[in-house]
This record gives sequence, structure tokens and C-alpha cells, in this order.
Amino acid sequence: MTSDRLLSIEGLRVDLPSRSGSRERRTVIHDVTLSVDDGESVGLVGESGSGKSMTTKATMRLLPPGAKVSGGLTFRGESVLDYSRKELAAYRSRKVSMIYQDPRAHTNPLLTIGDFLVEGVVATGQMSRADALDQACALLVDVGVTDAERRMLQYPHQLSGGLLQRMMIVMALMPSPELILADEPTTALDVTVQSEVMAILAEQIRERSLGMLFITHDLDLAAAVTDTLAVMYAGVIVERGPSDEVYSKPRHPYTAALLKSRPSAVKVERLETIPGRPISAYEAGPGCVFAARCPFATEECREVRPALRQVGGRSVACHRAEDIASELFEGLSA
Amino acid sequence: MTTHLLDVHHLRKVFHVGRAKGRSEELVAVDDVSFSLERNSSLAVVGESGSGKTTTARIIAGLESATGGSIELDGKPLASPDSPRSRRLKAREIQMVFQDPFGSLDPRQKVGACIDELLAAHFDHDKAWRRDRTMELLAQVGLDERHADELPRRLSGGQRQRVAIARALSLEPKLLILDEAVSALDVSVQAQVLNLLSDIRESLDITYLFVSHDLAVVRQISDHCIVMDRGRIVEMGSTESVLDSPAEDYTKQLLDAIPRPGWTPSRRRDLPASV
Repeated sequence: MTSDRLLSIEGLRVDLPSRSGSRERRTVIHDVTLSVDDGESVGLVGESGSGKSMTTKATMRLLPPGAKVSGGLTFRGESVLDYSRKELAAYRSRKVSMIYQDPRAHTNPLLTIGDFLVEGVVATGQMSRADALDQACALLVDVGVTDAERRMLQYPHQLSGGLLQRMMIVMALMPSPELILADEPTTALDVTVQSEVMAILAEQIRERSLGMLFITHDLDLAAAVTDTLAVMYAGVIVERGPSDEVYSKPRHPYTAALLKSRPSAVKVERLETIPGRPISAYEAGPGCVFAARCPFATEECREVRPALRQVGGRSVACHRAEDIASELFEGLSA
Repeated sequence: MTTHLLDVHHLRKVFHVGRAKGRSEELVAVDDVSFSLERNSSLAVVGESGSGKTTTARIIAGLESATGGSIELDGKPLASPDSPRSRRLKAREIQMVFQDPFGSLDPRQKVGACIDELLAAHFDHDKAWRRDRTMELLAQVGLDERHADELPRRLSGGQRQRVAIARALSLEPKLLILDEAVSALDVSVQAQVLNLLSDIRESLDITYLFVSHDLAVVRQISDHCIVMDRGRIVEMGSTESVLDSPAEDYTKQLLDAIPRPGWTPSRRRDLPASV
């Protein structure tokens, strides 16, 4: 059943060599299980250090040298971890595209937009330069850039952040990929521009029925634009399920706490905070990664790491998910 | 006698954007901005990037000079930023907390020392007093003695921002300018710092000028707000009335763009005239 999934990640674990050069390794991802189907948008939400960006890097096999990866990572049933060099090149250049947070850091300031957009597809022999230029122009019009031909001759510094992020979307769409990995694509943008860029991205994904893994720290945004939501904390997915349900009825204490600590757009009351600070994956003890900050933690939570299991129509990694359900909803606005 | 702490009259700032061959183009960053701030209130300035909100804050803090207009603090005109004597006095009255807690602290100075330095420069007290005051300030922002001996790199983003706030409070300013002070923080940490800021305002006689693009945060932290667009004030009033029943299209657009349940992103009707 899972074999022909677009992207399927099963029990992914990533250890990186520690910086000091000793043999000791740092775990950056403990256990990530998620999948993306064709035409499905999956939101991966977490705070800094939760390992969400590391998950995308692992998906692209862009981890630093010396990284140890275990678990399953399959694309259309083929194991990405077993790809040969050639297969990997094809996977990265044609099947999966990435959109990064900061378009200015990921464009070459010395190349015109046109050169930048066609560089990848021409270099990998997917199109002739002339065809690629035509397609880039057509895609620019699709994403709402009116004077595409003039834009193609401009340099990144001549474009605003929102416009440049649309160029990144076009660049990602150029090789007609099957999966888009979007790592905080709108975080650096103003809200109105974010709304616009998200609208364009969602429209393009829908029209082409692409799969998308959408990485963000913004739970509100993720809930609004994705079908499935996975909440990550300290290298572990703690809750995964249909976006609207996870958002309206969280079953993991961390998801609930995140929702409560966000200032509301409609009313003012003292924010409920999560004590302490978000920990990194390597700091996690043997038990539940959230145990130290969780008001419901018991001895078992500190000793035994809970696995993802089915609770109320979604997967939750919490020993006490059933006991505390009613307390979690308390104080959450609909 | 006015009850206002701060009065800003017709503030204007023009930047000269360099062009080739000595010609320069004028960019009006702040255009005829006037507002006033009551004592112990909290005013938010919101707008998109390029709206002039940060420039306005920096002029008030004395980090930029205004091209025109005047600013009065406590009914007295703020001196020009060029005179070093007045700068010293002004530091006691206006302090600023910046967005990036990774860039605003000296990486080689311990947390305690960076507060002590300010106290030594501005107060005529002995070392023991400064030590006590440093601890008191750290306690006020939820840190303790152990943190005083740490270098900034050993602290998390939220802790660093607390240090930046403690440092700003050390001079007992009347006005604290917070420029996107919680924008770089994770949601759970942001909530802690927002609560801390409301506690501080309750316990001290302090006034906030809060610059932010995040309207949910603005609602949480401010009584009044100003909406700026391209250097001009487009709307001002109590935060509640501006955010609940905005009169201007621009404010509505900002509000509509906030992600929330059932929200769908939309393309703006008028595309921004970006170069």
C-alpha cells in the first residue's frame, strides 16, 4: 500500500558527527515518519532546532559528510538512500524541487533572472536553451509576472523580495517536478506578500497536482494551506493528522501549548506559555522529548519514549493522549 | 502642561539614494508623521517593510537625524543627535531593543559585564551597588546569577532577548522602543517575552513604542496603534478599534493577509509597483 506513495519516510533517524571531531555523534532527527501523496500538501511545523529543515535535507540527501541515516526513505517505492550517483542526480534535478526561505541567498547575483531560471534544466539536458527560455516566460506569466520578458533580463537585486520568491517558484517548476519541498518559503516576506506568494504556490501545486512538503514554524499558516499537518519537536514527530483537526482539536500537549501561546488575532488575554525553552534533538532524554516542559508528564513519560499511535483519527506520540484530551481543548478558541 | 511623554510633529526623513555621476534621487522614508504618546501607554507602529516604521523609531531613538519636523519628550525638544553631552542624557530617557538578539550583544562580553558597563557609565555608585542592580535587572527579566557569567553565545535566542531588555531597562528609561523585538523568536518563547513585557509595564513607569509587522502581537502588547504605508500614517487609533473595524483599505488588506483557520491566501488586486 505504501509502495507507490510519492514520498514515504519511515522511522527516519539522522546522526551527525559532532563538531569537535570526536567520534561521538549528535542525533538531529530521532524518529520521523510521514508521507506525501500526489496532489497532497503536507505541513511540517516546528520551532527552531526541531529538525524540520534537516528532514528536507535528508529527503534530498543533502546532509553533511559523515551523517548517518537510518530508516526508510522512498520515492515512488524506490529507496532514495540506495540511489546511485546517476539516479540521485536525476532525482534531485527532475523529480524534486526546493524553494528556500531566503531567495536572495539562493540566487546568483551575477546572473540575470532568465539565465538563472534556465540554468538547471539546460545543464541537465532536459531542454534546449531556447525552449527553456520560452517555458520560463510562460511560467512567469502563470505566477502573475506581467512583463516577463523584461524581468528575464533583470538581476536579482532589481527585484523585490516577493517578486524574487515568485522567481524561485518558477525555478522550482521548470523541470516539471513531482514533489516540491518548500522550506519556510514566505517567512521573510510581509504578510500581504506572503498571502500572495502562498496563493500562487497553492494554485500551481493544485493545477499540476504536485505533492508538497511545506516546512514552517507558523502553525496558523500551515493549517490554512495544507491538507495534512505534522508537528515536530526535538527531532520527533509528535502529532500528525488532517490539518483542520490537528489545528482545532490537538491531541498532543505540545501542539496544544503551541496553539495557546500564539497571540490571538481577535482577542487579548494573557498568553499561556510553555515553561523552559525548545530543546534540540540531541538534548532529549530517553523518554518523551517534550516531557521536561509538559504539564502532564508522568514517570513513564520521562522513561519511555512514546511511539506514534492512532488516537482519534490521527497519529499522536503521547502515552497519555486519551487521559488528557479534555484538558487539552480547554482554553482553546475554536 | 501636557500629559504626553512624547510628541512627534510633522516628522520627515529623506534619504538620498546614490546614483551614478553624482546625481541622487530622493526617497521620502517618513512623510509628515505626527503622533503623541501618553505616559505609561503602549503604542504600536505597524506596516510593511518600507513603510517607514523603523526609520521613525530610529529617529526618535536618536539613531538617525530627521530631515524636518520636531520631537518633544516631556515637553522639551529632543536635542540633535550630534551633541555628545545630550546623547548621554538622552540614553537615560530613551532606550531601544532590536530585532536580532544575535546581532545586538557583544559576543565577547559576559552578560553581567554588558549591564555593568552601562551602569558604570551612567550612575555614580560603587561596584557592589552595580552588582546588586545587575542581579536585580536580570531577575526582572527572568534570568539569574548563573546567566551573568555566561557569554551570549551560550544563551538561547529568548534569553538573549531578555538580556537586551534588561540592558535597556538598566538606565531606567522613560521610553522603551522595541523594534520587532519578538519577531525573531520561536512561538513558545515569543509568548514568554510578550508576557514579560506586559509585566514590566505594569511594575515600572515605562512607555513602549512597539514597531512590528505582526498584528496579533500588536494586539497583545499595545493600547494604541499607528498604521503606516509608504512613509505616511494611514490610520491611527486605539488598537482595538483599528484592528476590529479598520477604516482604511490598507489596514483591511493587512488584516486579511493574516493566516487563520479557514483562511485562503489571495492575490492582491493591485500588484505592488516594485521595480
